[in-house]
Amino acid sequence: MDRELIVALRGVTCRYPDAARDNLVSVSLELPAGELHAVLGPNGSGKTTLVRAALGLVPLVAGEVEILGRPAHTWSRRALARLVGVLPQREDNLFPQRVRETVLLGRYPHLSLFGGVGATDRAAVDGALAACDAADLADRWLWTLSGGEYQRVRLARALAQEPRLLVLDEPTASLDLRHEMELFELVRTLVDAQGLGVLMITHHVNLAARFADRVLLLSEGRPAGAGAPGDVLTRDTVERVFAWPVSIAPFEGRPQMTPLRLRKEAR
Amino acid sequence: MKYVVLAGAALATLAAALLVGPANLPLADLPGSAIVWQLRLPRAVLAFLVGGALGVAGTSLQALVRNPLADPFLLGLSGGAGLGAVAAIALHLPGPWALPLAAFVGAVGAMALVYRLGLMGGAELDPRILLLGGVAAIALHLPGPWALPLAAFVGAVGAMALVYRLGLMGGAELDPRILLLGGVAVGAFAAAITTALVSLAQATELRNAFLWLWGGFSGASWTTVLVMLAYAPLPLGVLVASARPLDLLALGEEPAQYLGADVRRLKRVVYLAASLLTAAAVAVAGVIGFVGLVVPHLCRLVWGRLHRTLLPTAFLTGGILLAAADTLARTVVAPRELPVGIVTALLGVPVFAFLLRRWTVS
Repeated sequence: MDRELIVALRGVTCRYPDAARDNLVSVSLELPAGELHAVLGPNGSGKTTLVRAALGLVPLVAGEVEILGRPAHTWSRRALARLVGVLPQREDNLFPQRVRETVLLGRYPHLSLFGGVGATDRAAVDGALAACDAADLADRWLWTLSGGEYQRVRLARALAQEPRLLVLDEPTASLDLRHEMELFELVRTLVDAQGLGVLMITHHVNLAARFADRVLLLSEGRPAGAGAPGDVLTRDTVERVFAWPVSIAPFEGRPQMTPLRLRKEAR
Repeated sequence: MKYVVLAGAALATLAAALLVGPANLPLADLPGSAIVWQLRLPRAVLAFLVGGALGVAGTSLQALVRNPLADPFLLGLSGGAGLGAVAAIALHLPGPWALPLAAFVGAVGAMALVYRLGLMGGAELDPRILLLGGVAAIALHLPGPWALPLAAFVGAVGAMALVYRLGLMGGAELDPRILLLGGVAVGAFAAAITTALVSLAQATELRNAFLWLWGGFSGASWTTVLVMLAYAPLPLGVLVASARPLDLLALGEEPAQYLGADVRRLKRVVYLAASLLTAAAVAVAGVIGFVGLVVPHLCRLVWGRLHRTLLPTAFLTGGILLAAADTLARTVVAPRELPVGIVTALLGVPVFAFLLRRWTVS
């Protein structure tokens, strides 16, 4: 099946205005519909910058970013929000709100200036809540939700945008085992059933290896490996990038990593 | 439904304002009385419009600086606007030879402030903002009450720019504590200069000077109502059109962008519109505190946080509140009058203290 390319980064180098070095150096990435790509790397390796660059939020020093074949910076925020749903790592909730209101924010890029919220919008909200198994949360206040419920609601908001690409920045940070697995399974289902493209930043090497079609490994802003998990996540590469000894063994055809204890004589 | 209730309450407040007063008119004389048509009615309408403007300005400022304690008064906007208004009057004082000089100073001052504003949020000067500054500078030549809101606008924008820059110190994120401290400091500084200008000026020519120090509607007339009606609709319309992006801004600037808001443009537009609303209110009624703080919270509590509902209800509620406060201010100690700012402060300070406590606890 020929899958449409949603976002393409080619040799992207970028730097924040007051940064001492380039935050991203010659990074390339091609994300077609119906695939889940994971971005891995230590803290400060440029994972979040990569997402911002892919969405045209960081000025490029070199290279190009295209979204559906058009340069990223020529997209209006509104048009982009109809195509890409983003779960940023952090966001505020300045004033108390209910779950349904939050998910409705995902419809904003579809609403006209003075038009109201219509039946299609309400259907999209209900559909998104149902897809994230959050329909029974609709009337709850946001601040009464558990961490796992909150992430499901935020995912529902992104789905209410009816995007073709989801960008998830560490969506399972601070979630327990079950909620983390549920979220990964849910995302994978969306990719397979609805043909969404997903770009996921995560610290979980093992889950990325099992759920992603491709992984991109970043080290100090540079690509340290890109491709199928089995090709990229080798012992040498992982040890070098994360600066810690590991062992890698296959499980159900995917590499799984176990960090090693430091032996006394090695100290 | 809520609009019917609010409109009914607004009419009831206006009716009460017409009925009571130190003149103690018999009911039968009311319809033909000049006191009603030339004093009480314009005064009540003006108080309503000013309260509405402050309510909407406060609501949008809270969303803009993403701080529930923001308000035109606490952010120093009102103080800056008051300074601008008093400076405009004071500069006309010494006689005809001073006029061109005053206009020149006003123009250069406006230009300097506007230039800094244009530099905010980017290295390039925004030509549209420059144009706006030019208009404000030219308007300083206008006679009478019509130019005052523009002079006040320049003061408000200047104060806001200063406070915003202070709030940004030490990082790209707005620091809410510095923002409030900066606002209070800038407001106090502007008030000090205003007081100095008033004390140095001749009393006859600045006989309404205390209007700007205390705030009040004793100078209300149909002309000031018209001034308000001329300056308020544009920023009100702009803010209502920004209602949905303002909802998104509550999530933070980056999440708002991901949901389709053009945050840079939004901030600039809301910032100017809220300043213009505040300036118009201050130019006709002086510095009145806490309406812009209390009203948004009240409305959010009752009708939820979405600005599509919040902005219109804040306008109506603010209008009702200030018209009622002014009626109280001129009747409780009749025939003398309390400054209306005292009534709103007596009401607002406890609410502010309560919010501050809840905010610092959470």
